[in-house]
Amino acid sequence: MTTGRVQSEACAREVADVVVIGSGPAGLAAATAIRRSHPGRVLVVERQARAGGIPAQCDHRGFGLRDLHRSYSGPDYSRALAGQALEAGVEIITETTAFIESDGALAITGPAGLRHVEAAHVLLATGARERPRTARLVPGTRPAGVFTTGQLQQFVRRSLPVGSRALVVGAEHVSFSAVLTLREAGVAVRAMVTDLEEAQSLPVANAVLRHLYRVPLMTRTAVVSLEGRRRLQGVTLEDCVTGARLSVEVDTIVFSGGWVPEYGLARSAGVVLDPGSGGPAVDALGRTSRIGWFAAGNLVHPVETADSTAVQAARVGAGMAASLTRTRGPLAPAVPVRVAAPLAWVWPNLVRPGLTSGGDVTLLRTAEFGAQRSVRFSQDGRELGTYRIRHLTPNRSLRVGAAWRNGVSAEGGLVTASLH
Amino acid sequence: MRAETREHLFDVAVIGAGVVGCAVARDIGRRGMSCVLVDRADDVGDATSKANTAILHTGFDAEPGTLESRLVARGHQLLSDYAGEAGVALERIGALVLAWDDDQRAALPGLREKALSNGYGAVAVLDAHEAYRREPFLGPGCLGALAIPDESIIDPWSTTIALATDAVRSGVDLRLETEVVGVTTVAGVHRLETTTGSLAARWVCNVAGLGADRLDNIFGHAEFHVTARRGQLVVFDKMARQLVSSILLPVPTQRSKGVLVAPTVYGNVLLGPTAEDLDDRTDTASTADGVEQLRAAGSRVLPRLLDEEVTSVFAGLRAATEHRDFQIRAYPEERYLCVGGIRSTGLTASMAIAEHVVELLGSAGEDVVRLDDASGATRFPPLGECQVRPYRDAALIATDPEYGRIVCHCELVSAGELRDAFESPVPPRSTGGIRRRTRAMNGRCQGFYCAATVVSALAAARGIDPRHLLGLDGGQS
Repeated sequence: MTTGRVQSEACAREVADVVVIGSGPAGLAAATAIRRSHPGRVLVVERQARAGGIPAQCDHRGFGLRDLHRSYSGPDYSRALAGQALEAGVEIITETTAFIESDGALAITGPAGLRHVEAAHVLLATGARERPRTARLVPGTRPAGVFTTGQLQQFVRRSLPVGSRALVVGAEHVSFSAVLTLREAGVAVRAMVTDLEEAQSLPVANAVLRHLYRVPLMTRTAVVSLEGRRRLQGVTLEDCVTGARLSVEVDTIVFSGGWVPEYGLARSAGVVLDPGSGGPAVDALGRTSRIGWFAAGNLVHPVETADSTAVQAARVGAGMAASLTRTRGPLAPAVPVRVAAPLAWVWPNLVRPGLTSGGDVTLLRTAEFGAQRSVRFSQDGRELGTYRIRHLTPNRSLRVGAAWRNGVSAEGGLVTASLH
Repeated sequence: MRAETREHLFDVAVIGAGVVGCAVARDIGRRGMSCVLVDRADDVGDATSKANTAILHTGFDAEPGTLESRLVARGHQLLSDYAGEAGVALERIGALVLAWDDDQRAALPGLREKALSNGYGAVAVLDAHEAYRREPFLGPGCLGALAIPDESIIDPWSTTIALATDAVRSGVDLRLETEVVGVTTVAGVHRLETTTGSLAARWVCNVAGLGADRLDNIFGHAEFHVTARRGQLVVFDKMARQLVSSILLPVPTQRSKGVLVAPTVYGNVLLGPTAEDLDDRTDTASTADGVEQLRAAGSRVLPRLLDEEVTSVFAGLRAATEHRDFQIRAYPEERYLCVGGIRSTGLTASMAIAEHVVELLGSAGEDVVRLDDASGATRFPPLGECQVRPYRDAALIATDPEYGRIVCHCELVSAGELRDAFESPVPPRSTGGIRRRTRAMNGRCQGFYCAATVVSALAAARGIDPRHLLGLDGGQS
């Protein structure tokens, strides 16, 4: 239904060797890695007013340990990554949004104008966002006072009012970040609720929540309805085991976590998605189904911490730089990797036998808690590798080795990752 | 206070600024009568008109011979033309009434006959093969369909705002956040006591939607009773649009047109509505049961739809009555017009209802001579995916870079469009008003990125404390 290109003759062009979409940790780290080993033009396109992605709006510390080897605040970490990229010769343009024309071509738009992009390689690093209340199908009214953590952080940064009593939905890393932000804004946190059996962040976060902040953690609890017309007045909770209901009077609710890859651009570009992660299906070097199009960061593993995302993305960048100098032929066939429940997704989820495997890490997510289990990779009933896992926690990073990839046969069927 | 200073006698007071009220006020204003349009909400189209299926009906399935049948058919034509002039997004994508069992298949020829009785002849019965050829993602078990090629989708919010803007440009006095609390009539003049002062008018036109029966009672009439019929709707992510190309309807029942699946002009896919009769005329909450019922219906029609992310869930209330037709009556001796019982076809019929109201005023001896309308409709910002939106209009961005400064990334809404909305004749007063005028915050992230920016911009544009916009100033009404 969309019309074709608009006034393409009047339209400027942006030509680069590599265009990176998104200037979060993944985009910046990958761009830096590419530019350090490739002299061509590397352009990072950022839709927000400043580079840095999600960390740029997270005021707490703890960023950068794995890649920059010290602890930064979110905004400082973003500045450090952007500084590194600029120093390497990367160009960053902000307030510029990428979109896909009806013919599949990449275009960008911003105050400087609409431009069509011509690049040998495109790296999608558009990140992930939290699933809002609507997508969680939480019934009830639609009052003000319903947030995601990201939205909450932006409200607080802009000194917009947030209410006085809040409930935080979710108990993963970012949920604790939401509690911190609410406290800074002077909002009383009435409770943190999760439908899972336990919180999923670090034990120290739980201890701080319970003993220092005195915020009750309600496990196996679901939000079943929101009430209030102009402003949120109350929330109905339900005990997932007994079905008992409880009303809580709050004027603010934060739906935290539940990360969804920002897949819009990838899907519009015709890139095949992985049914597990919901982001583009990629091999360990970030190659997608579309030739010359790569994907990295929390778009493909929603979500890892910023620093480990940067480390993985730098590897993808190094691989892209290497392939820029090689004569390119058609991509080797890819064997998809699928997960069996309760595993939620695996990265990478494509294996191209015979090609550089890229890195030594496999990332996984589980939907259920567990202990002393093992993850087995198999193809057509043949075991490729089994890895012991001490603790399984939903919404937490799960890492195993990558040697299983070496055994994948190009002629074989799907690879399956399952828990035993 | 206002009564003393503004003792203006309006020719007509139109009560209710939904799509029909706005169309009526516009038509009255264009004919040189002085008109005041009041609504208790802070925006036009803030009740029934904002939460509907956004379909421009042909009226193929209306009850033949009714006023509704005639006005829907006429309204389809009028609004199609107006949308073209005003730049309101409209796509003529057609509809398929789908039969999933033998009874429904047997009902299709009857529906075709009904369409013919309503003066609509372009319908065709399709076999299952043809239905699947047109809609390859239909679930299994479809036995056939009736095709209605002129059923269209339209931007319902811009329609109401466009009509209101044209009304204001024609001199109509639009008073929002103004609730009528009492009416007295002395010497042929209606005096309306409102929450913002009193108003005097020779005629009152009741277009109060869910409150039309109560206002009718105040005027001493009791021709109908309104029951709020709640319709919950689920809006799916834009990526779902590739799954469906036309409006997918069930075979209608006596009570409801049933649950449909339809693309929207914004590029989403809509699933709904439910039809629940409520005692509470304000209950626009969605419910777990309602959403589950819709998902069950959707899973049969378009199973892959349910794999897509949901962008939003909302509920609207339509004004059902015990009658199966619009309740439009003129009482010339009282200089009172009632436009009640406007059901889900109100959006389609709005301009024809306005034309009808003006005829009724003319029959009552009012001077409704047509003005030569040289100025024509105002052009509205393009919000539809079938249009060239500012973010992809190179020439526009070159003349004003604010159209390239994207504020809402999901819906690609620019700072220039927000500014234009704030400066427009009927500007937004709430975040909902911005959503409806620009689409900002209506995308898949529901404001993850842009809500703070948009709220700040609105507060600055209105010169008010953001606490008011965020419902933190105490009031809940």
